[in-house]
Amino acid sequence: MEFLSPSTLEEALEAKSAHPDGLPIMGGTDVMVELNFDKRRPAALIDLTRIPELAEWGAEDGCTRLGAGVPYTRIIEHLSAAAPALAKASRSVASPQIRNRGTVGGNLGGASPAGEAHPPLLATDAVIELASVRGRRRVPAREFYLSFRTTARRDDELITAVLLPEPSGPQQFAKIGTRNAMVIAVTSFSLALDAERRTVGTGLGSAGPTPLRAEAAEEFLAGEFDWEGGAPLPEAAVRRFGELVAAASRPIDDQRGSAGYRRHALSVMARRALSWSVTDYRKEATRCA
Amino acid sequence: MRVSFNVNGEDVTADNVWPGESLLYVLRERLGLPGSKNACEQGECGSCTVYFDGVTACSCMIAAGQAEGRRVRTVEGLAQGSGKGPERELGTVQDAFVEAGAVQCGFCTPGLLVQTDDLLERTVGAGLPAPDDAEIREALAGNLCRCTGYEKIIDAVHLAAERHAGTGGGA
Repeated sequence: MEFLSPSTLEEALEAKSAHPDGLPIMGGTDVMVELNFDKRRPAALIDLTRIPELAEWGAEDGCTRLGAGVPYTRIIEHLSAAAPALAKASRSVASPQIRNRGTVGGNLGGASPAGEAHPPLLATDAVIELASVRGRRRVPAREFYLSFRTTARRDDELITAVLLPEPSGPQQFAKIGTRNAMVIAVTSFSLALDAERRTVGTGLGSAGPTPLRAEAAEEFLAGEFDWEGGAPLPEAAVRRFGELVAAASRPIDDQRGSAGYRRHALSVMARRALSWSVTDYRKEATRCA
Repeated sequence: MRVSFNVNGEDVTADNVWPGESLLYVLRERLGLPGSKNACEQGECGSCTVYFDGVTACSCMIAAGQAEGRRVRTVEGLAQGSGKGPERELGTVQDAFVEAGAVQCGFCTPGLLVQTDDLLERTVGAGLPAPDDAEIREALAGNLCRCTGYEKIIDAVHLAAERHAGTGGGA
């Protein structure tokens, strides 16, 4: 096994082009588990921790550009206003030691349906930046996840950044696990209200072979919600929203939970996230009035 | 491959390192620093926690080559003094764990010590109030102990925080 240690993005892209089956490693919180347990023996490890660009974040064209190698701890510290749903999800990742190392780029590279970053990226309509020696391209998160652990990333591409649209309304994240820390989600849910476009975004984690959206639930809520005043929704509408979220899931029975439990939990999280969001929305509407 | 980095203030080099092995393996098996413990090898237990460029991390999840040129501080580096033998004195956190009875089988202890040291540096060490129970539990959420039930560990952290604040500096 080769260990490649590029110090610039150009070098890294050349390395990935020369070794398309080479495995990029950043925080190592997924990759090293596979190596330690003999589950994977890549021909090459491509260490991305020495590339300054990947560890940076900043404002760009009405978005926050988040380098793929920024650890969750930094996202929690610095992006709770610019990316509330992602920051909330980041807080629920594993433990402090893992949050110090784990990155959104790693979540996207592994593309486990349980990855905490995916539901917020879907709900907020984030965009993923991919790069190769052929150039850079951008893929909406909503088109990124193709099938189980398969994404739109091509073999010679690296994930370089995520573009997070400026929030225009409340964003929430909820996760069910057997305890608060150190758990892989049994299932998770993210909700984003966009007051400007009057649209709703959702993201479901551990609810199917890929991270999913509940598009029927999004359309339903966008039509029912009082975008002017943020009036609380009738109980029946809240319940209907939860049902539509659960109906969009394609869960399995496994050691972490049954499909039926996951569907139930999704409907409960959807209702809760909605009620938190309506409360936040009303606060904002009152302040602006 | 050859990997050179700094451990506890000392520049070290390890040879014949397999590129896929962990920093934990290099520390324990190649550099004679067995303080960091190998238990789960998947970041669940925290017993291999070290400072890596000043930030705590599970050393089982850092590839050896990623440590090239970096600064590592292990549990061995928490004791005061530069020697390797009995001339070294335990640091504030280590003393507090012994006194509070927070050490039973001892396997999780090195990771808890490093993670506690970090918590105290970020709180009382930075002029902030001593951490409360909730903050301690959050900071130590990635360190599993199967003996103590954690109560004595929490006591030890409170004790270390008091002393750290009292002396104006830690180990």
